[in-house]
Amino acid sequence: MSEALNQQALASYRNNFLREVEEKVEEGEWVKMCMQCGVCAGSCPFGPHWEHSPQKIFMMIRAGKREEVLQSDSMWMCTSCYNCVVRCPRQLPITQIMHGLASYAHRLGLAPKEQPTRHFSALFWNNCTQTGRVNELKLTLGLYFKDGLVSGIKKAWALRNIGLSMLLAKRLNPFEILKGHECQDKAGIQRMLKKAHEIEARHRGLNG
Amino acid sequence: MTEVVATNQTILVVGGGISGVTAALEAAECGKDVVLVEKTPALGGRTTQLYRYFPKLCHPTCGLEINLRRIKSNPGLRVLTLAEVTAISGSRGDYTATVRLSPRYVNENCTGCGACTDAVETLVDNPFNYNLNQMKAAYLPHAMAYPQRYALHPSIIGTPDAEKAKAACKYGAIDLDMKEETIQIKAGAVIWATGWQPYDAAKIQPYGYDRFANVITSVEFERLADPHGPTGGKILRPSDGKEAKDVAFIQCAGSRDENHLRHCSRICCMASLKQTNYVREAFGEAAKSTIYYIDIRAIDRFEDFYAKVRADATVRFVKSKVAKATEDQKSGDIILHGVDTEGYHRYENRHDLVVLAVGMQPSVNAADIPAEIISDSSGFIESSAAGSGLFGAGCATNALDVNRSVQSATASALRAIQVVNKVARAEA
Repeated sequence: MSEALNQQALASYRNNFLREVEEKVEEGEWVKMCMQCGVCAGSCPFGPHWEHSPQKIFMMIRAGKREEVLQSDSMWMCTSCYNCVVRCPRQLPITQIMHGLASYAHRLGLAPKEQPTRHFSALFWNNCTQTGRVNELKLTLGLYFKDGLVSGIKKAWALRNIGLSMLLAKRLNPFEILKGHECQDKAGIQRMLKKAHEIEARHRGLNG
Repeated sequence: MTEVVATNQTILVVGGGISGVTAALEAAECGKDVVLVEKTPALGGRTTQLYRYFPKLCHPTCGLEINLRRIKSNPGLRVLTLAEVTAISGSRGDYTATVRLSPRYVNENCTGCGACTDAVETLVDNPFNYNLNQMKAAYLPHAMAYPQRYALHPSIIGTPDAEKAKAACKYGAIDLDMKEETIQIKAGAVIWATGWQPYDAAKIQPYGYDRFANVITSVEFERLADPHGPTGGKILRPSDGKEAKDVAFIQCAGSRDENHLRHCSRICCMASLKQTNYVREAFGEAAKSTIYYIDIRAIDRFEDFYAKVRADATVRFVKSKVAKATEDQKSGDIILHGVDTEGYHRYENRHDLVVLAVGMQPSVNAADIPAEIISDSSGFIESSAAGSGLFGAGCATNALDVNRSVQSATASALRAIQVVNKVARAEA
C-alpha cells in the first residue's frame, strides 16, 4: 500500500472532534472515560424527552459526529439535577460536560436557534452582567414577549394574579422597568468578567 | 485448656476456605508442620455454599470430599475451628499469633447423631443459607461439615433449651461450661487466606435489595438452586413462593463502580452465565433468563461456556447497566428500567425475580490485618512487605474463582515452605 493510502487510512481513525471537545469544552477531557454502561441515560428524569442521552452524545463525539452533536438540543434540556453524576460508575462530571457542550455550541453559533433554554440563558446573562444584579421584571417581560407582542400579552394576562400577589407582597417593583437596582462598582464587574473571559479563552484556546 | 504445640518451623494458615485448606494441605503434604485456624465451626468456606462450579457444572462437595480425606490422613496438619487470629507479633521465621477460641459447647465425644437438634426448640438464622431460612440452635453447619461435630448457638446458653440439648446427648458431648480462651501459637511463616464476602447489596440503593423481596443476590440464588438450600433446590421467589421462571441477572452489582467497588470482581459474569443453567434445568423451554451487562468478561477458556449460553434460546442478553428497579406491589414482580447501549432503546422489563451479581470484597480489609502487608486500593493484599514471612492466598489477595484461588494458595504454600526450610537449616 502506498504511503498516501496509508495516511488516508490513518486519518479515518484520527478522531479530530473528540480532540476538539477535550481541548475546548469544559470537562471535555472526561468524555473518553465513558464506558457506555448507560446508567446516566436511564437515571435522567428528562430521559424520554430528549433525543440524545449523555451516553449517546459521548459515543457520537467519539464517532466524530460534530454537526449532529453541536446542533443537538439535548444538552440544553439538562436541568442540572446531578442524578447522572452521582450514579456514574466512573464519576464523570456529566452535568458539567453537558453545560460545557451547550456553551461551546452557543459560542460557535451552532446551537439550535429556537431552543427556549438557550434563549433564557442568553437573556439572563445579558440582563445580569449589565449591572451586576438581575432585573427580574425585565427578565420576565423578555421571556413573555419572546414570541411576539400578542403572545406576550396573553402570557402576562394568564399570570396576572401571580403578578399582582407579588406586587402586594413587595416581591415585584414596577419601577424596575425604568431603572433597576445595581452594583456599586459596575465598571469593576465588567472588568472582572472581561478578565475571566480572557483566562477561559486562553485556557481553552478560544478566540474571544 | 487447649494446647497447640507449635514452633518457628510451623506454618500458620489463617482461614479455612478452599484457599486456606489448599495451602495447609500442600505444605503439610511436603512434610511441614501446619496449623489451620478457621473462624466458623467448619471448614470449606464459601465454596461449600455453591450449588455447582463453572465451567464443568460439577458439585463442590466432590472436591471438598477429596480435601477432607487429605486432611484426615495427614498428622502434620492440625485444624482449629471457631478460632480467630487477633494479633500477630514477631518477624519472618519467628512469629507469635494470638488466637481467640470461641466455645462450641460440644466436645470431641460428639458422634454427630443429631439428638441435640431434635431436643432444642429455639430457631436461629442459618448463615449457611445466607439467612434465607432458620435452623435449630443446636446444629451441624452443613451436611459435609468438618469437623463432623455439632455446635450450640451462643444465644441459647443459659436457657432451658441448652439444658434440653445436654440432657438429650447420650455421649456426654455437651459441655455448657466451655469458655472463650486466648492462646498463643508460634509460627515461622503465616499464610493469610481470609477470603471474601459478597458486597452489601443494600448499598446499591436504586436496585432496592433492602426494599423488594424479589431482589436477591447471586450467592442467595446459589442456595435456592441447591437441594440442601432453603427451598430444597426449587427456584421459588421469596415474596410468594411462586416459581421464578423469568429471572433477570444484573451484572456489575457493586463492581466496576467508583461509588462501590472499583475493581472488576471477575467471577460474576461466569456465575450468572452458570446460573442461567439452573433456570433452564428447572423449567426447560419455559425458562427465561435475561442478563443485563456492561461487558461480558468470560476470560480465556471460559469463552466457550459463554458461547454455549449465548446459543441458548431461553437466555437473552441486554447490554445495559440497569438504572433502577421498581416493584409492582400487587404481583411482587420487579420492573427494571434503563437504556440499552445497542441502539439506545429505553426499556421497562418485568421479571419474576432479579438476581444481583454482587461483587467480591475481601472479608478482612488488608489494612486491618494485624501484621505488615501491602494493600491495594480495594483492600486486597497486593504483596508482602520486603522481608516478611506473611503471604496472602486466594480471595484475600484478589477477586478469584475457585480454580485461581487454589493456584494462588499453592504459590503461597511454596513461599511459606521456603521460610520454614531456612529456619530449619539455621537451627540444624
